[in-house]
Amino acid sequence: MFRYFLRRLAYTLPIALGVTLVCFALVHLAPGDPISAVLPENASASVVQEIKAAYGFDKPLPLQYLIWLGHITQGDLGTSIKTGRPVAAEIGPAIANSMLLAAASIFLAFVGGCALGAVAGYTRRHGVDRAVTAVAVTGVSLPHYWLGMVLIVFFSVELRWLPATGMGGPDLAHLILPAVTLAVIPMGIIARSVRASVSEIRRQEFVQTLYAKGLRGPQVLLHVAKNVAPTVMAVMGLQFAQMLGGSILVETVFSWPGTGFLLNTAIFTRDLPILQGTILVLAMLFVFTNLLVDVLQMLVDPRVKRA
Amino acid sequence: MRMQTAPSTAAAITPAAAFRRPSRGYWHTVRRRLSRDPLTLGCAAVLLLLVGIAIAAPWLGLDDPFKMSMIRRLKPPGYQGHLLGTDELGRDMLARLIFGARLSLFTGFVPVVLATLIGGGLGIIAGFTGGRWNMVIMRLIDVFYAFPSVLLAVAISGALGAGLLNSIVSLTLVFIPPIARIAESVTTQVREQDFVEAARATGASGWRIVQGHVLANVTGPILVYASSLISVSIVIASGLSFLGLGVSPPNAEWGLMLNTLRQAIYVAPMTAILPGIMIFVTSMCFNLMSDGLRGAMDIKNG
Repeated sequence: MFRYFLRRLAYTLPIALGVTLVCFALVHLAPGDPISAVLPENASASVVQEIKAAYGFDKPLPLQYLIWLGHITQGDLGTSIKTGRPVAAEIGPAIANSMLLAAASIFLAFVGGCALGAVAGYTRRHGVDRAVTAVAVTGVSLPHYWLGMVLIVFFSVELRWLPATGMGGPDLAHLILPAVTLAVIPMGIIARSVRASVSEIRRQEFVQTLYAKGLRGPQVLLHVAKNVAPTVMAVMGLQFAQMLGGSILVETVFSWPGTGFLLNTAIFTRDLPILQGTILVLAMLFVFTNLLVDVLQMLVDPRVKRA
Repeated sequence: MRMQTAPSTAAAITPAAAFRRPSRGYWHTVRRRLSRDPLTLGCAAVLLLLVGIAIAAPWLGLDDPFKMSMIRRLKPPGYQGHLLGTDELGRDMLARLIFGARLSLFTGFVPVVLATLIGGGLGIIAGFTGGRWNMVIMRLIDVFYAFPSVLLAVAISGALGAGLLNSIVSLTLVFIPPIARIAESVTTQVREQDFVEAARATGASGWRIVQGHVLANVTGPILVYASSLISVSIVIASGLSFLGLGVSPPNAEWGLMLNTLRQAIYVAPMTAILPGIMIFVTSMCFNLMSDGLRGAMDIKNG
């Protein structure tokens, strides 16, 4: 088991290193100088040189990368060009807010997706199955930022039940709409995969054996659930990770003060260290969530280890 | 000598089997399955109609999509000949939605085409050469695959700056890795097949085998997968414009329209959500059509 973990880690680390390289390249890919945003129009050449030296932009690129890599391994993500505060201090609260939103959404998506998928996989009646599949396809092709707007129109503008935007302290009312919006796509995906694996497992012989030895429906369901769990977990982990990076649009619609919001501001103020730092942190979270999902999956389902 | 390829085996009719109905080949089966699938055909029809209207937009006698009017802002549908009302600057919504289809379909479609060519090429090279090159290409692909797709698109667009070209570049980069992975896995499977071995034995060159066998088998899965990406691409491309990273105002584009109409959501909620309906319907049609194609072409991987 430990060897499996090491093998997965050995595969993940080079990728993580590649991710840092891409994040580093992003800033240097950007048109114009990374520091042009902070300089006054008429800055003299000596001032430019001085600021470049202060940020370390005067050194050759490979050396800059290594220095930057050294810093980020110590948790130093640089300084925001706009606010002058450490990037890590800006990202911290934003990540916490995004995590809260993503956790609420994945919970909704899990409950809804499993219920829909199990019903579809279990009934195998044409109508029910079709309806669930239709919901799943709709969920997958929905532009979720637009869904957010539609929900605002219905629940905030027309019915006046829920607040439209902002966070307003740690209360549930502000969380509901963005969480539901963000949950729709993963719910569709989870429902699809639960439906597929439930109907596949129900066809296997051990289920017949369980019925034959006298177990009742709910008890059999428990056995089926145990076999569906690894698949659902893998899908859920992936969706959770996607959500952390993909919530930028929904966060913008609801003015949710998370990483998406931070990224959006960073892009339009050309605050490249923040942009770079946020993307790096989110991509790393994505990479390591995937690793975690794989390891957890192996713990739940020992067959994976041998594959 | 061109070898027979796996999916299109037209059975040779021997005298003994003369009264058995001859198999009419793979594509015939695919066409027959599609013709019995009203959902897929319906979606294809809707999409064709949309593309047709988008192309013909200047000749449809619509209002000028750029003509503003300060006294006719955010009017409801049906107001003085504005069938779908007017937007926040008094421009005709119907005209803007139809003209918007041009940019939205373009920015959704082009990245997938480019990514299919580049990613497909890379995947075939990696799968066919195997060994060290496979290693280099696929690990590079893995790095880009390690980013959540929306994040990567926003990151690249954000670094390059707003603009149509930049958003096409960023989306292309987002779609290359998944397509390359499919191409690589299918190519690797084909490479192991007996008919490739046979071709090699008859002295066919590597290029010849790629042309005759690999392409014939890889094209189907790649195209089906790519068609499913168009739906995603349209949603993300509009998302980039929604964030202000795509085309710039006053251009008509669905995502950008959603962005500028967002401020009007309390005043004219129905007008504000209209562009989203277009994005949703288009994306859904591409999705369903791709599902139908996958079923009809009997493709499992991809």
